[in-house]
Amino acid sequence: MATGPTTHPAMTALPPNARSGDAALTRAPGGVDGDRAFAGATLAAALAVPAILLAVFLLLAIDAEPALTRFGASFVTSSTWDNVKEQFGTLPYIYGTVVTSLLALVLATPVGLGAALFITEYAPRRLRTPVAFTIELLAAIPSIVFGLWGFFALTPVMRSTVEPFLKATIGPVPVVGALFQGPSLGKDLFTGGVILAIMILPTVVAISREVLLAVPTMQREGMLALGATKWEAISGAVLPYARAGIAGAAILGLARALGETMAVTMVIGNSSRKITGSLLTPGYTMASAIANQFNEADNELYFSAVVGVAAILLVVSALVNLFARVLIWSITRNAAQGARA
Amino acid sequence: MTGAVIASPYPVAPGLPFTDDSRYRRRRARSQAMAGLIAFAAFLGVSILWIILGYVTVKGAPALNLAFFTERPLPYGEVGGGIAPAITGSLMLLVVAAVLGVPIGIGAAIFLVEYGKGSIIEGVRFASDLVAGLPSIVVGVFVWAALVRNVIGNFSGLAGAVALAIIMVPIIIRTVEAVLNLVPHTLREAGLALGVPKWRVILGVVLPTARAGIVTGVVLSVARAGGETAPLLLTTLGNQFFNWDLGKPTGAIPIQLYNYAVAPYPDWHEKAWGAALVLILVVGVLSILTRVATRGSVR
Repeated sequence: MATGPTTHPAMTALPPNARSGDAALTRAPGGVDGDRAFAGATLAAALAVPAILLAVFLLLAIDAEPALTRFGASFVTSSTWDNVKEQFGTLPYIYGTVVTSLLALVLATPVGLGAALFITEYAPRRLRTPVAFTIELLAAIPSIVFGLWGFFALTPVMRSTVEPFLKATIGPVPVVGALFQGPSLGKDLFTGGVILAIMILPTVVAISREVLLAVPTMQREGMLALGATKWEAISGAVLPYARAGIAGAAILGLARALGETMAVTMVIGNSSRKITGSLLTPGYTMASAIANQFNEADNELYFSAVVGVAAILLVVSALVNLFARVLIWSITRNAAQGARA
Repeated sequence: MTGAVIASPYPVAPGLPFTDDSRYRRRRARSQAMAGLIAFAAFLGVSILWIILGYVTVKGAPALNLAFFTERPLPYGEVGGGIAPAITGSLMLLVVAAVLGVPIGIGAAIFLVEYGKGSIIEGVRFASDLVAGLPSIVVGVFVWAALVRNVIGNFSGLAGAVALAIIMVPIIIRTVEAVLNLVPHTLREAGLALGVPKWRVILGVVLPTARAGIVTGVVLSVARAGGETAPLLLTTLGNQFFNWDLGKPTGAIPIQLYNYAVAPYPDWHEKAWGAALVLILVVGVLSILTRVATRGSVR
């Protein structure tokens, strides 16, 4: 560190004749008063954060209140969203958000966990940092750039190749096949889920890696010493140990997917509001519905309904975030205790 | 490290069940297949980044010329036009957002590390995590309801900057808190032992020591806020013209990108790719620079 304690101006600012026990010291250059003021300022900055959070919850609750009291439970159970007839039910938006986010989770978790295992367990030392860093960079790409890429590059491929292929292979299978029915449009729930999966991949990788690194080496060595193969050691000793933390990583990814706006808005279609069982139907997520309709909401009830969607999104993402943090906290706390023991 | 351990653990001794040769071969094949799958997953993750970067570079590079950086967007049909008002708008929004967000973020981090106790720390950290998890569109709705609707009265740069500041604060808190915790206690004690008041120790010793990490946190938060689109659509709306008035709608690169992308004209699509390339270059260079600049130091 360039700045050592002995060279710093703050030190020379002391009165040169100060002696220990000198009463003047406590008042000398900005002593007690300065300390009190500075501590107060940092406290104010710190309290600004919970204040912002509280204000967000309060303001959204107040603005969503007219729609919530008018429609009650049907606000989340009805699938009619008609601003001319002033009927507002958000079920299709909730459905779109849940389906795309779960799809993202299903696609991103195995890939992300695999990449994290590669980085922590398999990769030669000189490959570890580059691979981890490259995947981390994915998190730095702005949402709108994913949207642009999805809009012009991903949806045509989905429409012409991936979706017809899935319809031909999985379509005829009972139960699962119902997910892949109807015309291939490219801009639908499925593409929305795929783009979300790409976007949450860095989150899943980063947290899984952290959790895997917290698994004690003894776990692996014990298993290997018993004659297990590498995969048996990972599946039998490492993964069970890290299970809660990996679940936390996946759910933190889910939380990020729930609130994503621009990228999804550009590939999800934003047209049909009918709920069908197929992933190949265009839809809306809560976030894309807000983005599309916020500036159109011209009467009070319509506006209140749009804010109501935001309020639901806020509460759901806060709950999912909390749950993920508790899971991750439980595993890293155990690791810390293990290290002490 | 462990590869050598599993390569030779089985002296082949036929007749003993646990050294059954064919069974061991099956288990080893399974292990190798999983290793292949895991390597493929990593390859997939890495290649997606390069596919997107490659796409944006190839599609966006032809759009970049002098006019792109110096002219305002023109109506469709006119030759030329660029994203200059969006660049200046983004700069203005980010500077104002940093002026608002950086003191709060650093101040809160100082409080958490140097002054706070027990449950207040837990509460602030918890709130900061939740603010970090707020969907950005919800931040936009909040700032619209809090500022745009009544207080300011119209879409404005100031409202956009406030929204970006809310996104920046938790990122700054998290990185700065981590780096302040790394400053050795002996440095603080040395200052205090000389009779320097605590606040001057923090300003004069702790913060300068942690400078590299603090800069990293601030730059990362700026990079993150610079790409945000959704909250800006609800707060500054965008502007085709140069604007330096914080009380009026202001352009921003992500908004201009979006407007170019959703229009039906191929020429505008090329400009959208160009804007994406500019955005990625700025964000990517900032991320890599901070990482390289702070390598090995306290961060």
